[in-house]
Amino acid sequence: MAGMELLSDQGFRIDGRKPHELRRIRFKKGVFRQADGSAYLEQGNTKVLAAVYGPHEIRGSRGKALHDKLLINCQYSMATFSTQDRKRRPRGDRKAQEMTSHLKQTFDAVVMTELFPKVQLDIFVEVLQSDGGNYCASVNAATLALVDAGIPMKDYVIACSGSHMRDTPIVDMNHLEESSGGAEVIMAILPRCDQIVFLEMNSRLHEDHLSGVMDHVMVGCKDIFNVLNQQVQDELCQKTELDKIVTTG
Amino acid sequence: MLTNKVFIKKTKTGGVMKIVREHYLRDDISCGSQAFNKSESDGKEPLEALPISDSKLVPQPHYLIPDTNVVLHQIDILEDPSVKNVVILQTVLDEVRHRSAPIYKRVKDVLATSHKHFYNYCNEFNMHTYIERQPGETANDRNDRAIRKAVAWYADYFKETEIKIVLLTNDADNRKLAVADGLNAFTIHEYVRSLSNMSLIDRLANPLNQMNVNSNSKVLFAEHLGLAEIQKGIRAGRFLQGTLLISRENYLEAYVSVKDQEKMIFVQGLQNLNRAVNDDSVALEMLPESEWSCPSSMVLAEDEGKDEEDEENRAFNEAVVNNKVPKELRQPTARVVGIIKRNWRQYCGILQPSIIKERTRHLFIPAEKRIPKIRIETRQAETLASKRIIVAIDSWPRNSRYPLGHFVRCLGEVGDKDTENEVLLLEHDVPHQNFSEAVLSFLPKMPWTITEDDVKRRRDLRHLDICSVDPPGCTDIDDALHCCELDNGNYEVGVHIADVSHFIRPGNALDQEAANRGTTVYLTDKRIDMVPDLLSSNLCSLRSKVYRFAFSVIWEISPTADIVKTDFTKSIIDSKASLTYAEAQLKIDDPNAHDNLTKSLRGLNKLAKVLKKKRLDNGALSLASTEVRFYVDSETNDPIDVKTKELMDTNSMVEEFMLLANISVAEKILYEFPDNALLRRHPAPPPSNFEPLIKAAESKGFKIDVSSGKALADSLDQAVVPENPYFNTMLRIMTTRCMMQAVYFSSGMLQPQDYLHYGLATPIYTHFTSPIRRYSDIIAHRLLAVCIGADASYPELLDKSKIQSLCNNLNFRHKMAQYAGRASVNLHTHLFFKKRVQDEEGHVLFVRKNALQVLIPKYGLEGTVFLNDEGQKSSSIFVYDEENNTQTAGDVTIHVFDPLIVQLSIDRSNVQHMKLSLKLVKPVIPGFSVQSVNQDQADVTASSSEPSTITTKGTGKPPQKKKKRTR
Repeated sequence: MAGMELLSDQGFRIDGRKPHELRRIRFKKGVFRQADGSAYLEQGNTKVLAAVYGPHEIRGSRGKALHDKLLINCQYSMATFSTQDRKRRPRGDRKAQEMTSHLKQTFDAVVMTELFPKVQLDIFVEVLQSDGGNYCASVNAATLALVDAGIPMKDYVIACSGSHMRDTPIVDMNHLEESSGGAEVIMAILPRCDQIVFLEMNSRLHEDHLSGVMDHVMVGCKDIFNVLNQQVQDELCQKTELDKIVTTG
Repeated sequence: MLTNKVFIKKTKTGGVMKIVREHYLRDDISCGSQAFNKSESDGKEPLEALPISDSKLVPQPHYLIPDTNVVLHQIDILEDPSVKNVVILQTVLDEVRHRSAPIYKRVKDVLATSHKHFYNYCNEFNMHTYIERQPGETANDRNDRAIRKAVAWYADYFKETEIKIVLLTNDADNRKLAVADGLNAFTIHEYVRSLSNMSLIDRLANPLNQMNVNSNSKVLFAEHLGLAEIQKGIRAGRFLQGTLLISRENYLEAYVSVKDQEKMIFVQGLQNLNRAVNDDSVALEMLPESEWSCPSSMVLAEDEGKDEEDEENRAFNEAVVNNKVPKELRQPTARVVGIIKRNWRQYCGILQPSIIKERTRHLFIPAEKRIPKIRIETRQAETLASKRIIVAIDSWPRNSRYPLGHFVRCLGEVGDKDTENEVLLLEHDVPHQNFSEAVLSFLPKMPWTITEDDVKRRRDLRHLDICSVDPPGCTDIDDALHCCELDNGNYEVGVHIADVSHFIRPGNALDQEAANRGTTVYLTDKRIDMVPDLLSSNLCSLRSKVYRFAFSVIWEISPTADIVKTDFTKSIIDSKASLTYAEAQLKIDDPNAHDNLTKSLRGLNKLAKVLKKKRLDNGALSLASTEVRFYVDSETNDPIDVKTKELMDTNSMVEEFMLLANISVAEKILYEFPDNALLRRHPAPPPSNFEPLIKAAESKGFKIDVSSGKALADSLDQAVVPENPYFNTMLRIMTTRCMMQAVYFSSGMLQPQDYLHYGLATPIYTHFTSPIRRYSDIIAHRLLAVCIGADASYPELLDKSKIQSLCNNLNFRHKMAQYAGRASVNLHTHLFFKKRVQDEEGHVLFVRKNALQVLIPKYGLEGTVFLNDEGQKSSSIFVYDEENNTQTAGDVTIHVFDPLIVQLSIDRSNVQHMKLSLKLVKPVIPGFSVQSVNQDQADVTASSSEPSTITTKGTGKPPQKKKKRTR
């Protein structure tokens, strides 16, 4: 009798969530003054910091510049203290490189790059604590940082993961669920246009279950979007209120 | 709704690790009672609104909340139908899951049984009942507090109603604290005694902590070390860890197979065994070399009938083993210092007749000789006196000579066939209870129909002339065949296997039950199904004239039996006929039959012969084993006659195609899943195994070449003695004994060259063709279904170590099923010879130092003729010649393979273990051989019971289907 019961008979996941429930989301925009935009995001125990610089001139070799659109430069790294065992190499390993290119693809699809030809935008993401769904948290945090920086985008881009367990789709997996060996579907979508900008799957999942899992992940993304958007709007309203007081008074 | 709690945990996986996990607390967890939200009756509120109290202690309606130890020890009570309305807390369930898998399963079964009104309350996820572990608090104390907290919450929740909440705990401190909190708390003993159902009291277990046996008596055993200390000792190398195996001859001696060490370590004497029971996982400490000992040659069984006081004294005498063992005989000897894990199960046996009838404390004698006697308390000793009963061990305190246990249930009269059947099932650990409600709930709803969707996903093969060929009376038909000639001269051959994996979905209760059972067990007159009857004899069984789902392997085969193309598909078939082997044979032989079915059978038969020849040319062995069939009296169900089974062409026809299908599937799944394919291997036996065979054959002047399977098969073919037609068969039987066991394994765990199946001479093999009766085949089906994209994979299927642990269970179950089958044949043999004494012709199979092993071809029986009476060892008149392997007495010399006449009868000296005893009749050896019985007399007793020729199959008994291939 080894291992844990990932989904109990009563329908609870190992951390007490129901299959469709997200982890707690908390975030703060504008945590750094130096960067043009920044955000700190927690999804459960996964904690991510994102910073955005630019658009600014091309740094390094000029040859990289794209004549018709913005060059997005991403860097993903994990803090040495982010995992259970201390990480030796915070960035540049295979996983981080792959993640970097995934993030670049995702944001290429959503930032209005044609508005800024021949210049560069830097997105730096640092995972401070990792408990599953690193990509998702990174995307969500970077989105908030871009919002904070005021970069024009088509929509929010929101990512969420999901899987299939005991014939039920589950969303927003934590580390324990990810490492159980089951399939994992990761999706990044534009919640208001219902478009998928990124889709990744690990391990095998039967095609019959795929659409069910994708539907649930989609709903999960929209739930995340609602949480983020609500707070962004609230903060914006508060700020305008304040601004009004400042200008009038 | 969500509250966030982070808790920190330390685990030991090599080192200390800090694990941070989220833990969400909620306020939406139902109390599970119908007293509130009455409208909802969807089964989610199992507790009755107004439970009727049967207890004098709590006359009001109440719900019970047991703590972990009560569940672990008193599961027999909780399972009783009269115990209802129980809340099993999540804390309790988790702890049970951790500590005992079998009990966890039983609790789950009870939870799923609707009329028991059990409810699993998730207190750990509820914000009102969750508590954090305090600094300095042990995990156990924390859990106890969590249980009390949950009870308090329940009590508070129900305070407006008349329902009371009762905590059942045998822990005195816990009870005290609970009472101080104003809760109702009783021990399970108090509670059960207050019930009107008195028979429950006998089934109460006596765990260690509340032992009331004369506690002033002297301490007999050394204390066991704690787990932490044992682990430290093992790491430091002071202690060894292993599984205890008590000797069959002497219950005071045992061997321990130590992990990662080939040598077995010897343990001797009651003191050194220190309350360890057979199969327990123990920690050992080596004794100094001067105290090393060796097995005594004495056969020591616990005597029956002695008074216990006597025995307790004797125990001390036994403990003092004389240490004057010659140095060269000494073996590494150790003593047990602690128990790592008890592997107690429930044991069958009988009560020891007691001198004082009114006593409630009794001794129980298990049927298994390696288990000590168990002390139980019962008030029904008189009624149980001649019954087979089941007893569970609860504890073994330091001051008790015997372990303490409790009565579980009564099986029936000793010697009764049903009782004895059940005993052998229990003793071979064959799960044979009826399927639980949880398992049955996953069966398809009847009437079952094929939907449009099903048709779309499967290839429609209903137009083909498919038929099944099986033994007579078979109801679990898992294979069917077809064959038709193609335009290009090749044949299309299809093997269609019942699609069990369509009905048994991975991970559900039905699947888990099947995985645990592993195989269907065939007893002589009974079948213990692996899957419920609805599937095994109906929906999955490929019966004729109904549409059934199948997993088909379809080949294009050339007339020379080369495979041109292989195709796997899920299909729908319509079997045109369910034939028996004999019927199929008749059809093939009938020159006037020219229908499609017959043509198809002839094609198959032709190809099968080519296939078989190819296989044998490759070096596949055809080995002999004798299978017997009992002819049963239709009235009394007692066996009247036994016959060995005969084989027909059609048997081997079906077998060939099953082998071919298995091999094809094995290749396919290994190709797709090199890491986690479930395969079956049969290792080549080491040459030393063949020594007795070579020696025996040499005595008749034949040379057996064992250098390869092919050479062995050839030399076996040549070893024929015209005047003794049975000689070759005996050689083959002996060869079978030299073989290793074939086993299942996960392909990722071994090197490809080890995949070999020696007996079949194929580099790779699996089981695919009998999913109704073997779980391994279900896994093969699932793997193949994933290969062809017909079904989904799941994590456990792709994990090689999970597959391997499944294989280990399957191997164990198969071995046990085989043993149980043999034991069942033995049982019937005993019943058959109960009323008669008979002379039969036999052949000497082995010559041993003190016995001859004799094979009786007529019954396919093997027995031992002891050459010296036990007890008077020196009086043997036989001289054993080790060199030539003969026994000589006077002028008579007995060689291997010599024909003899022996007298068969039943030795009834031991009630629990009846034995078939053989006595020599011919050759006549004065002073040893016995008079031949009058043959006529034996016949009179037989004919008086009116022998009918109806076999087991004809009498409407559960039909059986013997394994086609047990290798």
